[in-house]
Amino acid sequence: MVRKLHVQTAINGETVEFLCEPRQSLLEVLRDELHLTGAKEGCNNGNCGACSVILDGRLVNSCLVLGVEIDGKSVETIEGVAEPEKLHPIQDAFLENAALQCGICTPGFIMSAKALLDKNPNPTEHEVRYWLAGNLCRCTGYDKIVRAVLDAASAT
Amino acid sequence: MQEFEYINAKTVSEAVTLLDEKGDKARILAGGTDLIVQAREGRRTLDWMIDIKSIPEVNELSYDSNTGLTLGAAVPCYQIYADDAVCNAYPGLVDATIIIGGTAIQGRAGVGGNLCNASPAADCIPPLIVLNATCVIAGPNGEREIPSEDFCTAPGQTALEKGEMLVSIKIPAPQQNSRSYYLRFIPRNEMDIAVVGAGAAIVLDEAKQRIISARIALAAVAPTPLYAEEASALLADREISDTAIDEAAQAAQNIARPISDMRGTAEQRTHLVGVLTRRALNGAIQRVKDDAA
Repeated sequence: MVRKLHVQTAINGETVEFLCEPRQSLLEVLRDELHLTGAKEGCNNGNCGACSVILDGRLVNSCLVLGVEIDGKSVETIEGVAEPEKLHPIQDAFLENAALQCGICTPGFIMSAKALLDKNPNPTEHEVRYWLAGNLCRCTGYDKIVRAVLDAASAT
Repeated sequence: MQEFEYINAKTVSEAVTLLDEKGDKARILAGGTDLIVQAREGRRTLDWMIDIKSIPEVNELSYDSNTGLTLGAAVPCYQIYADDAVCNAYPGLVDATIIIGGTAIQGRAGVGGNLCNASPAADCIPPLIVLNATCVIAGPNGEREIPSEDFCTAPGQTALEKGEMLVSIKIPAPQQNSRSYYLRFIPRNEMDIAVVGAGAAIVLDEAKQRIISARIALAAVAPTPLYAEEASALLADREISDTAIDEAAQAAQNIARPISDMRGTAEQRTHLVGVLTRRALNGAIQRVKDDAA
């Protein structure tokens, strides 16, 4: 068996250390080693965006990052978005706009929307649709999601 | 996923020594958006992944209006289109980097990886070809440079020899009155792979009426991206006209050797080469005309 490597990283602002095999993706490390099961496995090949997280400020598919690659970096996941007693404005907007049905894609959409609004607090509908093109939802038809992101932008 | 060892190389010579030692069971990891999927799906067997992102040279992104652009092999797409100097000098390359995958893919995937993955449909390669890009390759016997149109040799195959890696891509500074353009046909608006892609770069005279020179390149119509040499030569030293553009588009169609697959038939692809070549040329010409005198 291939030797496990030691990784030290910051996840949602907290220092975390773990051992992982090189072949374990960041998504597998988050879910199986660190028990952060918010990021979802959809396609496992970069098409669906259900595993989206923010790595050093950039949106990435955690299924396309190796766990060993995040040594010394910082990761934001859906678990770090809300405050203990208060949802993030994007989460509120998703509830208000009924922008989710089954919910599998939702953590990815919220991370993707957060990465967008962190960079561009007032996006146009066009910008929102292009930015979210890498996140698939098979329930809502996207319209409610786009409206939720635009609402969240105007609320903040 | 299959088991492999991970090495975080710190220098080009360390990576080259490892590649030379391990042979084709070692692969370079940059953005990983192709390699990790290939390893997971067993389309590539490997024992070693050599991460190059800690090597300074492969992260270089520097533009000088005299010497041009040095683009490190691991620079991700988002850094390219966030760079005003690059957007201004090489719009055709930027056209490609903003349509590869979605936002999350562009956060990791880069032009160097797109080149080394050697897909016939790679969006970044036609712009590199039309911009006269050179590939800087390091290997056990030192450094060498090859033109970007010679880099891909077959689907998934490159001119890299045992122990060699792509370090950077060099693009000359744009000439006066020159512009580039890339577009592709896909049935969706985004997140898709080119049915056909076409890139063009054009140099016009002072009055912007005459073509001094042009370069055309195509994707997804042959085993590798193609430089359309004859089509390009047809436009040299000619007045801008629909006839000239049509002749070049016809010559580009003549070198297309497309296959029929789930994305399109050979017949549709050949037709698209004509349409997209015209649009790429006209797009590049329009960009020159839109530039302030």
